Amino acid sequence: MGEKADVWQGTLALMVLKTLESMGALHGYGIARRIEQTSGDVLSLNYGTLYPALLKLEQEGAIVSEWGVSENNRKAKFYKLTRVGRKQLERETSNWEQTTAILARFLGGTEDPA
Amino acid sequence: MKRLRAALRRLVGMFSAGRREREFASEIEGHLQMHIDDNVRAGMTAEEARRDALLKLGGLEQTRQAYRERGTAPFFETLWQDLRFALRQLGKNPGFTTTAVLMLSLGIAASVAIFAFVDAALLKPLPYQDPRTLVDVTESIAVFPHANLSYPDYLDWKKMNHSFRSLDAYQGAGYLLTTPSGVEPVPGLRVTDGFFHTLGVAPLLGRDFYAGEDLLSAPRTVILSYSAWQRRFDGRKDIVGQVVSLSGTSYTIVGVMPDSFEFAPRNNAEFWTTMHAGGSNSCDLRRSCHGLVGVARLNDGVSVAAALADTKAIAQQLERQYPDSNRGQGATVQTLTEAFVGDIRPILLLLLAGAGLLLLIACVNVASLLLVRSESRRREIAVRGALGASPLRLARQFVTEGVLLVFGSTLLGLVFAVLASQALLRLIPKDMLLQMPYLRGLGLNFHAVCFALAIAALATVIFSLTPIVRLSFSEMREGLTECSRGSAGVLWRKIGANLTVLELAIATVLLVGAGLLGKSFYHLLHVELNFQPDHLATLSVALPEKTYTKDEQIVAARRQLLNGIAALPGVTSVATTSVLPVTYNGNTDWIRFVGRDYNGEHNEVNERDVTATFFSTLKTKLIRGRFFNPDEDGTKPRVVIVNQALVKRYFPGQDPVGARIGDTTLSPKSIKEIVGVVDDLRESKLDEETLPAVYYPADQSPDTDFNLIVRTTQDERTLLPTLVSTIHQFDRGIGTSEESTMLRYINESETAYLHRSSAWLVGGFAGMALLLGMIGLYGVIAYSVSQRTREIGVRMALGAQREMVQRMVLKEGGRLAVVGIALGLVCSLATTLLLRSVLFGVQTWDVGTLGGVALLLAAAALLASYIPARRAASINPMEALRAE
Repeated sequence: MGEKADVWQGTLALMVLKTLESMGALHGYGIARRIEQTSGDVLSLNYGTLYPALLKLEQEGAIVSEWGVSENNRKAKFYKLTRVGRKQLERETSNWEQTTAILARFLGGTEDPA
Repeated sequence: MKRLRAALRRLVGMFSAGRREREFASEIEGHLQMHIDDNVRAGMTAEEARRDALLKLGGLEQTRQAYRERGTAPFFETLWQDLRFALRQLGKNPGFTTTAVLMLSLGIAASVAIFAFVDAALLKPLPYQDPRTLVDVTESIAVFPHANLSYPDYLDWKKMNHSFRSLDAYQGAGYLLTTPSGVEPVPGLRVTDGFFHTLGVAPLLGRDFYAGEDLLSAPRTVILSYSAWQRRFDGRKDIVGQVVSLSGTSYTIVGVMPDSFEFAPRNNAEFWTTMHAGGSNSCDLRRSCHGLVGVARLNDGVSVAAALADTKAIAQQLERQYPDSNRGQGATVQTLTEAFVGDIRPILLLLLAGAGLLLLIACVNVASLLLVRSESRRREIAVRGALGASPLRLARQFVTEGVLLVFGSTLLGLVFAVLASQALLRLIPKDMLLQMPYLRGLGLNFHAVCFALAIAALATVIFSLTPIVRLSFSEMREGLTECSRGSAGVLWRKIGANLTVLELAIATVLLVGAGLLGKSFYHLLHVELNFQPDHLATLSVALPEKTYTKDEQIVAARRQLLNGIAALPGVTSVATTSVLPVTYNGNTDWIRFVGRDYNGEHNEVNERDVTATFFSTLKTKLIRGRFFNPDEDGTKPRVVIVNQALVKRYFPGQDPVGARIGDTTLSPKSIKEIVGVVDDLRESKLDEETLPAVYYPADQSPDTDFNLIVRTTQDERTLLPTLVSTIHQFDRGIGTSEESTMLRYINESETAYLHRSSAWLVGGFAGMALLLGMIGLYGVIAYSVSQRTREIGVRMALGAQREMVQRMVLKEGGRLAVVGIALGLVCSLATTLLLRSVLFGVQTWDVGTLGGVALLLAAAALLASYIPARRAASINPMEALRAE
């Protein structure tokens, strides 16, 4: 249980960072929707898990937050990537690519029986 | 870096939880609104839109919870909660908290204070370079394992040994120094040229002695101690190269030792001069005259044992070579540390053990208090457990309380320890403190704090484990129901009872120790002196050698002085001796009997030069013959008075009066006739046997240094200033020092002090242990009664008499006391064996002490169980039964 959550958290953080990089400042709801859309609605995100992840990134200094007003006039907290966050994104992206490349090569030969 | 930053922000986050939660509430509010807006726009009804938004969020409360946990550090937050709860708990029960903290801090304070002394005296190395390779080197004879070296022997040892990189020697000396306030005798030390170099210390100013500077042909030079430089020469930087006159001889000052330099055996020395053997001191060149102590630096890889074997072999060779002077002269080599602190080591270790036992008893007591408390908190624990607190969380609560308790006690204990060690330090007589330079700067150092922390850690473990073990968590559910009490109460009573037995046993051991030490101190102070020590004033006198060069001059001056003093109001009698009584065996002479076979063995006897009135002034009994006549000087036949010990040893069953003794070669000049026998006047320290002694008339072998003894009808202390001024009226050039009284001498002697302080301290520990043991026993019995209220009620309802109930409770206490005392007596028989070396005139199995302690403890135990027994007997059966 614990391990899965960690992996999920790690990827979630990466997704958040990527989203903020491509979209600029965005509020929590917006990030959640954007992640779902980007995944082609395959990924069903539990929105609630997003907020602790955002808080963690903020504590680590990867993002900063600021109160603002959403496009349809709702009060919302907007998150923005910092320089630290940008670096973290670069590093984690390359890590992730490396990992997936290895796994892809590793799993390449075997056929899924289903 | 990233993690650290996050951890810090979470820690800080603990303090802004409220604001963050409010912010998060509005953030989530905004989130939901936006989601609902979108959903409505997508065609849902308001109701559907809201439910979907909440669903997607995955539960509002869970989200909040997850967010809250991420916002702070849960571990620290729990700790913070536990701490606050523990503080509240302790605060709610001030009686328990105060008792526990006081007992613990007392125990910790005693241990840490004593440890500070142990650390300073026994653990801290001597302040010299590589002190482990420094050794004390002396000769040894049958009566003195640690005897002095003679200068010729020293030279041979130095030349012939293969164990020492360097061997040097020192000897105490006194000089008369002319100061603005008159002539003052000042202590000094004669050393060989390499002395400071061997110790590995360098002067602060100027230079060390160079090789050969201790020879008679070299110019006279002196090195000052730091305090002498400051006090007598105002710390002037240009002092090196100046000349100072010591006892009328000029010395060039070549250096000043640093403030940090100390030399325990002669720490009051102000002037360090070189040996210059063979000068005015006729003793130096005689192989049979022993006045030096050696100090050596071992060669690399040479052990003390190897050095001892080497030195002993040399001593044997010298014995063969010089049978007349060196017969029976062995060797002693021991570490310098052993030579400096060997005497006080057993006492300090004893005190540390005593303090440790007190600490143990305090811990046991607090542990049993905690047990009682955990018993009364069973319901609280059960309720918390039922509400979902994990066993770990509950255990953490106890650990937190234990830590808090111990932390507070340790802090308080450290404060007490500082005060206690300062107080103990002030109790040490100044003269003794001077010989213990290592106690300088005693206090809370790094070692002592580490020691305190180690104790604290151990105590924390005990106090955390006690309630945890007690509240084994399977019982938790039972705790909610009242009827489970019976079995649990019995279990607790067993643990509590065992703890009490342990406490009583420890208290017994401490009390027996204190009893034995007290008794041996009493014996020490009541040892047979064979003189009357009250109303005796004493003073050390030094005539200037340059003025009084001839024997007749000394004799005449002394007679005039004594006459002047005898005429003072209140003075009934006055005498002088070369060595004051009750100081030491030593200053010995080798004697031989005229007309007897002589095998060359040394007959070692105390030698004292006394004036005619000496024995009558001290009121020592004459057994046979006569005292000296006042006119017995160099012109009269040589005579000697001996003590009983000498008669017992060398004239068993004979009358020694009229017999003649002489030196080992029976040189005509040395032949003296025994004219009297006196009682065994105690020359030795209080705890030693007095050796056979010979007393020579002071006027037949005059010396410029002597000790004045004056018997007076008034308070002897008030006489001292008058004595000094009378002497100075006679001659301003005479030095006087060590104004004291015989009683002070005896009561403040090192022997008396060590016995007294150990008796008092261990007695104090034992007293506290007794009190704690009583409290412990009372606690157990009182708790047992409170638990058995219902049973007692039933018994009484069934017809038990109040006396019977009372007896039943008393019996319970009595059983514990008997077991505890018996166990304690057995243990003390074993442990007091360790006391043997510090006891005087008492056996370790002293029946009186053991019996007395057993009685005292039994009485205390009876008292402690009487109060709860009374309470038990006064239980109203109706109320007791109804209460259930």
